[in-house]
Amino acid sequence: MKKYAKFGILIAIIVGSIAWVATASIQSSKTYYVTIAELTKMGQQASSKRVRVGGDIQEHSIVRTGNTVRFNLVQESKTLPVVYEGRDPLPDTFKDGAQALAGGRLDDSGVFHAQEVQAKCASKYAPKPGMAPEGLQKKIVNKV
Amino acid sequence: MENIGALALLLAFCISLYAIVSSVVGRLKNKPFLTLSGERAVLAVWALVSTAAGILVYGLMTGDYRMAYVASHTNRDMPAFYKFAAWWGGQEGSLLFWSWLLSTYAAIAVLTSRRGHRNLLPWVVAILSTIQLFFLMLVVFVVSPFQVLAVDRVVTSVADGMGLNPLLQYWAMVIHPPFLYLGYVGFAVPFAFAMASLIERAPGDSWIHTTRRWTIVTWLFQGTGVSLGSAWAYHVLGWGGYWMWDPVENASLLPWLGGTAFLHSVMMQEKKGMMKVWNMVLISATFFLCIFGTFLTRSGIVSSVHAFAESPIGAYFVSFLAVGIAATVWLILDRINFLRSESDLESVVSRESSFLFNNLILLASCFAVLWGTLFPVITEKLSNEKVSLDAIWFNRLMVPIGLFLLFLTGVGPLFAWRRTSIDSIRKNFQWPGIGTLVVAVALFAGGMRYPYSIISLSLCFFVTATIVLEFFRGGRAVAEKTGTGFLPAVIELTHRNTRRYGGYLVHMGMVLMFIGWSGHPFNITSVGEVAKGSTLKVGAYNLKVLDLFEGDTPNYQWETAKLEVTKNGSYIGTMEPTRRFYKAAQQATAIVALRTRLNEDLYINYAARAGDKATLQCYVFPLVSWIWLGMLVVIGGTLVCLIPSKVARSYPRTEVVGVAKANAPVEA
Repeated sequence: MKKYAKFGILIAIIVGSIAWVATASIQSSKTYYVTIAELTKMGQQASSKRVRVGGDIQEHSIVRTGNTVRFNLVQESKTLPVVYEGRDPLPDTFKDGAQALAGGRLDDSGVFHAQEVQAKCASKYAPKPGMAPEGLQKKIVNKV
Repeated sequence: MENIGALALLLAFCISLYAIVSSVVGRLKNKPFLTLSGERAVLAVWALVSTAAGILVYGLMTGDYRMAYVASHTNRDMPAFYKFAAWWGGQEGSLLFWSWLLSTYAAIAVLTSRRGHRNLLPWVVAILSTIQLFFLMLVVFVVSPFQVLAVDRVVTSVADGMGLNPLLQYWAMVIHPPFLYLGYVGFAVPFAFAMASLIERAPGDSWIHTTRRWTIVTWLFQGTGVSLGSAWAYHVLGWGGYWMWDPVENASLLPWLGGTAFLHSVMMQEKKGMMKVWNMVLISATFFLCIFGTFLTRSGIVSSVHAFAESPIGAYFVSFLAVGIAATVWLILDRINFLRSESDLESVVSRESSFLFNNLILLASCFAVLWGTLFPVITEKLSNEKVSLDAIWFNRLMVPIGLFLLFLTGVGPLFAWRRTSIDSIRKNFQWPGIGTLVVAVALFAGGMRYPYSIISLSLCFFVTATIVLEFFRGGRAVAEKTGTGFLPAVIELTHRNTRRYGGYLVHMGMVLMFIGWSGHPFNITSVGEVAKGSTLKVGAYNLKVLDLFEGDTPNYQWETAKLEVTKNGSYIGTMEPTRRFYKAAQQATAIVALRTRLNEDLYINYAARAGDKATLQCYVFPLVSWIWLGMLVVIGGTLVCLIPSKVARSYPRTEVVGVAKANAPVEA
């Protein structure tokens, strides 16, 4: 069964090399999802790992100076100051109150340096306070 | 009104249940009137779901703000086009849309295959109705699109709705979801036929012949949907990217990869009666990946930049997937003897083996993408740490896989069935091979130092050469025989075997996309804060800020920069990147200034404004338009595949197309 051995070897080479590339690249590209509380607890360790931390962007905390953008992330009443120095433009969804996911490293002074920031609007668009239609605020669902 | 809609859905739910029972009982007890009534039930379900959908759309178009769905997805000022599109803009509506598409597909399947497949059809009806039952259950009992707003049990309406995200108010984004859904839902039909033939132990490959065109159409929809999504990201989002391996993007790519593998490996079954189990597995996997994709976008188990309402329907999907996959696996294992292969693999250098490796690679990439997407879920379960893999990981893995696939695209169609002789290899590959090396050396000598780009571009040349050679040889043969000119001969050739030559065109489209991707390492970025009169340099371009100004409309406020653009010192025009702030949604969006040429795009995004200074992000993206061009060619090629061939083809199983007939065109 020389023929099948040939196929076997070829398949093994292909699958093997894909698996090898896949596992070898995990180390360099993995990022940890953490909460702000976990991040502050990690302390020294945190500065060596690539982490992603999520939260809501604190109202009126966004300050843009040139290419750097500073803002605060809030999660379960914990606040994390973030500096974004990445090259890509911040997404249009990045605004006060939006959910954001910042990827980067924590420095020794407790400021998070983000290389990338993803943001999405909290699943739906909350109208400005006071503008919200009454019916939507007190929504009692009437199942037909 | 909304009560009629909800009632129609409830009735459709009951009738689907009836369709399952009557088809199965009718087939088992051999009662034709029962199976016939099952088929009619499918049509009734279509009518009912269409009624419900019509009512919802009517509510959206006329602005019936008593309905919760209408109030949260439209507003008064929205153009009618977007009001209609709100049908699939939210969770409830999109599930109803899914269900409506499925009922339409099922009705078409019943109407078109009533004659030929008396034995299969009852099972097809039963399987499609089971899937339909699941989706109807969701829209009837879990997330009804017909909920009305009420305060203290009194139905109220609101003055105006919340509108649609302005980022999504773009034509490509409006038609992108329906295309993806047409793809997602469409795979249900070939799956149903495959399972039906397994249940019946139907002889032959009739399910493949019946559903072949169906699969191609579905695959086309899926591919178009993915393309539209990436084109939208590039043109609207202002970051200049088109693919970031986000879970939701991956979810749309997975069934496409599975479907691609399936479209290739069915040829093996048609021609040689091989890979029967494999095809069953592939079509089932593709179908379940579609359901999985819907689940991924709806459940929020992995975080994504795509904002979707998180909801409890995830658990329903997981149960449906678990039961469905278990049933399919059991069915295939139970009938494995019936799926025995009719011939054997003979040589590593053969068409069969190139199909095998094509499938292996496609499936491996599918698995890799799935693994990468679910990695946070897996690690959280295993080690309680949520670890995600980012685009770097995907690129490192998928780029070599893609290049290998590109290589196979060139090699595969030129190998003969069974085995290929050294002679034919030399004949077919000598010139393309030499040309490829020349291209690679020339690129290196020309100063290109990115190995992947060099490999990719030279492989692109290789594949193009082999495809052109195929058309040239075939066209010349036809021209000699019929005495027509070369160009009509090529058209004639294509018309004689549309699937083969249309397939080549699809391959050519993929080549164009690879050319576009090869430009990626040469992207140039330049970000700067500019004031009136200052200049910014990006690559060969010089941007001079003529003016910064702003304005106001009832719908949005805008800020814009007027730029004078020169390239290598010569004036090429003015560009006006703009930023809009939509008042209703409190959302900013960029109107990117784009100068598209075949060699490169100049892409300018107005990012922010502080005082009298504006931040501009300027990029030069070489070759990026080739990607969109390639997507169009893929669509065109697929459409060619769908034209019926002029010559009716039979599928002779025993024909040897090998050494002796190496020159004869091999049917693909």
